[in-house]
Amino acid sequence: MAVFDGFEPVIGLEVHAQLQTDSKIFCGCRVQYGAEPNSLTCPVCLGLPGALPVLNQRAVEYALRVILAVGGTVRQRSVFARKNYFYPDLPKGYQISQFDKPIGEGGGISFTLEDGSEKTVGLIRIHLEEDAGKSLHPESGEPYTQVDLNRCGTPLIEIVSQPDIHAPEEAYAYLVKLKQLLQYLEVCTGDMEKGHLRCDANVSVRPQGASELGTRTELKNLNSFKHVEKALRFEIERQVGLLTSGSVVEQATLLWNEKTGAAEMMRTKEESHDYRYFPEPDLVNLVVDDAWINDITGAMPELPDRKAARFISEYGIREYDAGVLTDSRPLADYFEAVMAGFDDGQAAANWISTELLASVKESESDIADYPVRPPMIADLLKRIKSGEISGKIAKEVFAEMAATGKEPAAIIKEKGLVQISDESQLEPIIDSILNAHPDNVEKYKSGKTKVFGFFVGQVMKETRGQANPKVVNDLLKRKLDG
Amino acid sequence: MSDYKTISATQIADDVREGRGSAVDFTSKALKLAATEGRELNAFITLCEEKALRQAAAIDQMSPELRAKLPLAGVPIALKDNISYTDYPMTCGSHILDGYIPPFDATVVTRLIEAGAVIIGKTNMDEFAMGSSNENSYFGPVKNPVDRSRAPGGSSGGSAAVVAQGIVPLSLGSETGGSVRQPAAFCGLFGLKPTYGAVSRFGLTAFASSTDQISPFARSAEDLALLYRVVAGWDENDSTSVAYDHPDYASVLELDRKLKIGLPKEYFAEGIDADVAATIDRARQALESAGHTISDVSLPLTNKAIPTYYVIASAEASANLARFDGVRYGLRESNDRSLEAMYSDTRESGFGPEVKRRIMLGTYALSSGYYDAYYNKASQVRELMRQEFEQSFKSVDLLLSPTSPTPAFKLGEKIDDPLAMYLSDVYTAPASLAGVPAISIPYGESSDGLPIGVQCIAASFGESLLFQIANHLVPRA
Repeated sequence: MAVFDGFEPVIGLEVHAQLQTDSKIFCGCRVQYGAEPNSLTCPVCLGLPGALPVLNQRAVEYALRVILAVGGTVRQRSVFARKNYFYPDLPKGYQISQFDKPIGEGGGISFTLEDGSEKTVGLIRIHLEEDAGKSLHPESGEPYTQVDLNRCGTPLIEIVSQPDIHAPEEAYAYLVKLKQLLQYLEVCTGDMEKGHLRCDANVSVRPQGASELGTRTELKNLNSFKHVEKALRFEIERQVGLLTSGSVVEQATLLWNEKTGAAEMMRTKEESHDYRYFPEPDLVNLVVDDAWINDITGAMPELPDRKAARFISEYGIREYDAGVLTDSRPLADYFEAVMAGFDDGQAAANWISTELLASVKESESDIADYPVRPPMIADLLKRIKSGEISGKIAKEVFAEMAATGKEPAAIIKEKGLVQISDESQLEPIIDSILNAHPDNVEKYKSGKTKVFGFFVGQVMKETRGQANPKVVNDLLKRKLDG
Repeated sequence: MSDYKTISATQIADDVREGRGSAVDFTSKALKLAATEGRELNAFITLCEEKALRQAAAIDQMSPELRAKLPLAGVPIALKDNISYTDYPMTCGSHILDGYIPPFDATVVTRLIEAGAVIIGKTNMDEFAMGSSNENSYFGPVKNPVDRSRAPGGSSGGSAAVVAQGIVPLSLGSETGGSVRQPAAFCGLFGLKPTYGAVSRFGLTAFASSTDQISPFARSAEDLALLYRVVAGWDENDSTSVAYDHPDYASVLELDRKLKIGLPKEYFAEGIDADVAATIDRARQALESAGHTISDVSLPLTNKAIPTYYVIASAEASANLARFDGVRYGLRESNDRSLEAMYSDTRESGFGPEVKRRIMLGTYALSSGYYDAYYNKASQVRELMRQEFEQSFKSVDLLLSPTSPTPAFKLGEKIDDPLAMYLSDVYTAPASLAGVPAISIPYGESSDGLPIGVQCIAASFGESLLFQIANHLVPRA
C-alpha cells in the first residue's frame, strides 16, 4: 500500500475496450482505424430518422468471453439503455449502453506486483455499449469543430473495477494484465495510443487506517499506459495537498492533459450530467442461454498461464522463458510461428527473448507488424544450428534482416558471411599467426594458457569473424599442445 | 374521374394485372386530384410526380406474367411524411427537417414498390406525429373532406383526408396512440393499428418507439386487408419486428363463426357524445341479431391510459427527437455563436409548441429523482394493462368500443386546450400501450352528418378477425 503523507489512495478504474469485430455493434459498417473520415457510415450509425439498431452477435460473444475469463457472472437477460446527452459526435443524442441490467457482473483480475506480491482487483460490472464519433478541434483554435463518425457504433465493453486499487503502480499493473487478457481472448488489440483501450479513474484519498471513503473525483483521458500512473500520482497529490492544507476535495470531473502533465477541471458536481437512462425500446432484451455460454466456454482461447505450461512441456523451454514469451499474445504467437519451422525450442526462446525483443524495442515498432517474420527467424536459427554461420555472424545477419527485411540466405550470400569450417582453409591462417607471434607461443607453452584467447581473436579478426570457433579451437590446441 | 374516386384498390390492381387498365392512367388521375383537391385540403406536403409516373410506366411495360404477381399492381398510394422515401424531402410536418432528403427507403416502401404500388405523395401530419387534429403541422392544418371546417383527426390527418377525398384508395399513416384509428373515424374510413412488431418500423421516424406502428387506411375492409398483407412481416432491420406467418387476409374476409364480444364499461364513461353512444348501441344490436354474444366486461385500468401513455410516449420522444440538433442535417440556426446557442436556437425555431411541450414532459419524467415516480411507474401500469387485455381475451374474442369520444371537432376548437386534445386518445391509447391490434370501422353518422367510428380490439395477431368483423359490420357494396 502506497502512503502519501499519511493518506491512502482509493482508486477504481473504468476501462473502455473496443472490440475487434469486423462490423459495428448496431449496423453492418466496417470497423477500421484511420479510414477516410465519415466513409464508414450508414443511416444507422449516422442516426438518421427512421434508422434502427440491430445487435451484432459477435460483439456479444466477445463480451461473454471476457466475462467468463475473469470469473464474472453472465446475466442471462440483460437490457440495453439509452444514455442521453447532446454532443456533435453523438448523432442520435443518446448512446446505446447498458445501465441497471448489464450483461456481466463480478469476477476479478489478478496480477503480480513489482515486489512479487499477488493482488486481485474485483470487478463490479462489464457492459456492452456503442462508441461515439470523434470531434476534431483545430489546433489553430479556429472557431469550428470537425466531426468524424467512422468510430461511431464501434462495439465497446466497459469494465468497471471495484475501488480495490491503492497505488498508481497497482493501477498500471492492473491495466497491463487486463490488456494481456483482452489480447489473449482475441477481443481487443489493447492499443491505448489508438484509443482501442481507454481508461478513466475514480480517485479519492483517506487518512491511513480510515474505513470511510473520501470525496472522489473522476479523472478522464488517461490514454496511454505511461500517463495512467503519472496522472493518478498527480491527482492523489493534489487531493492530499488540499486536505493537508485544511481545504476540501470537491466532487468533480478532471481531464488529464498529457502536454502540461496536469489534470484540468472539466466540470463540478453542480454541472454534472443527468443522463436520464431508460430502457432502449428499439432493442429487445439480450437473452444469453446456457447453450450459448457453453459454446463460448468450450471455444475459449488459451490463456497465458496455460500457454506457458504448454510451451514448457511441448517445446522444452525454461519456465522463465515461457513467462517472457507468453507475456503478450502477439509474442507468444510469434514464438509458435518460429517453432513451426524450427525444432530447438530453447534456442528459439533465447534468440527471441534477447535479440528480437531488443530490436523490436529499439525500432519502437510492434512485434505483430515487425518486418522480420517468424519463418525468417526459423531459417536463421537453422543456419546457426547447422554450423553454416556462427552465432556472432547471425547477429550481423539479423541486424541486416531487421534493417532491410531481406531473407537470411540473401544476406549471407551478398556479404559472403558463410562460416569457414574447412581446416585446410584455416590452417595456413593459423600458421601465419603463430609464426608472427613467437613470444606469445612461448608464453603459452610455459603455462600461461590465457593467451589462447589472443590467438582465437587474431584468427577471427583475420577471417572477419567467419571462422568456425570450434574448428579454430581444435586446430589451435593441436598446434600449441602438440 | 368520379369512378376513379370510388374505385377500390382491389379493382385497380385487378384491372392493371389483367391489362384492362393502365397504371399510368390511374397514377395520372391520382396526381391530378392531388394537385387540385389535395391542395385545397392541404393534405400533401410533397408530390412525387416524376418517380410515380416512372414506376407506373414500368408496371405497364412489364410482362403480363410478372405483372400478374403484383398484389397492388398500379395502385396509387400516399405515405405519411414521417416515412422515409428516397429522392423526396421528408419533413415529419416540422420546420426542423428543412432540406432533409432520406438516403434510404423504409422497409414498407420497398415492400409497396415490390408489390406494384405507386407512391404519389407524402401527406401532411401533426409535427412528429404529435397531435390529434393535424393542426400541429408546420405546413398548416389539413381540412376534413367531409366538412372542411373540421379537423380530419391526427396525427395522420393528411393520409386520412386523401383516401376519404378519393385521391388515392389507400394510404399509410402511423400510430402511436390512435393516430390512424381516430382520423379514420373522423373521415369515415377503415384504419388498422397492427399488433406491435407486425410491421417494420425501419424508416419510420420514431415518436415513441415502443408503440409506433405504420398503419394502413382504406375505404373497405378488403382493401385494408390487401394493403396490410403487403406491408406486414418480419424485417431483419427492425429488432422489434416479429416473425409471423401472415395469411392472405383479403381472401379470408368471411366471418364463419359466432363471436363472443366484450363491451368494456370503462369506455362508456362520461364525456362520450350521445351520437357516438347511440352508434355503438346500433352496432351492438346488429351484432346480437347476427347471433354473436355481447357481454359487458371491465378493464379497470382504462382511466390510467392517458397519463400512462403521455408519460411513456413523451419520455421516448424526448430521446428520439434529440437527434434533431442542427449538426448533420435539417435546420441550423446561430451557426456563428456557440455550440450551445446553435443547439438551443435550432430547436427553439425548429420545433413547434406541442413538440416542445412533450420533449419537456418526457425529459422531466426521465430526470433523476422523478424517474421512479413517472417513467417507472408508468411502465409498471403499462405492463398491468397488457395483462388486463390478455386476461379479457381469455373470455371474449373481441372488444367493441367507440374509436373516439366525439365525431370530428372544429378546426381551432381544441388547439389551445392540450388536455382536451389528449383526451381524444382515451379509447385508442390502451391498445397502443398493450401492443394489441385494433381497427376503426366507419359505422353510421352523427345527427349532423359526421362519420362515426367503432373500434374493435383483438388479441395479438388477431388482425384476421378484425378484418372479418369490419367486413361483417360494413359488407362490401
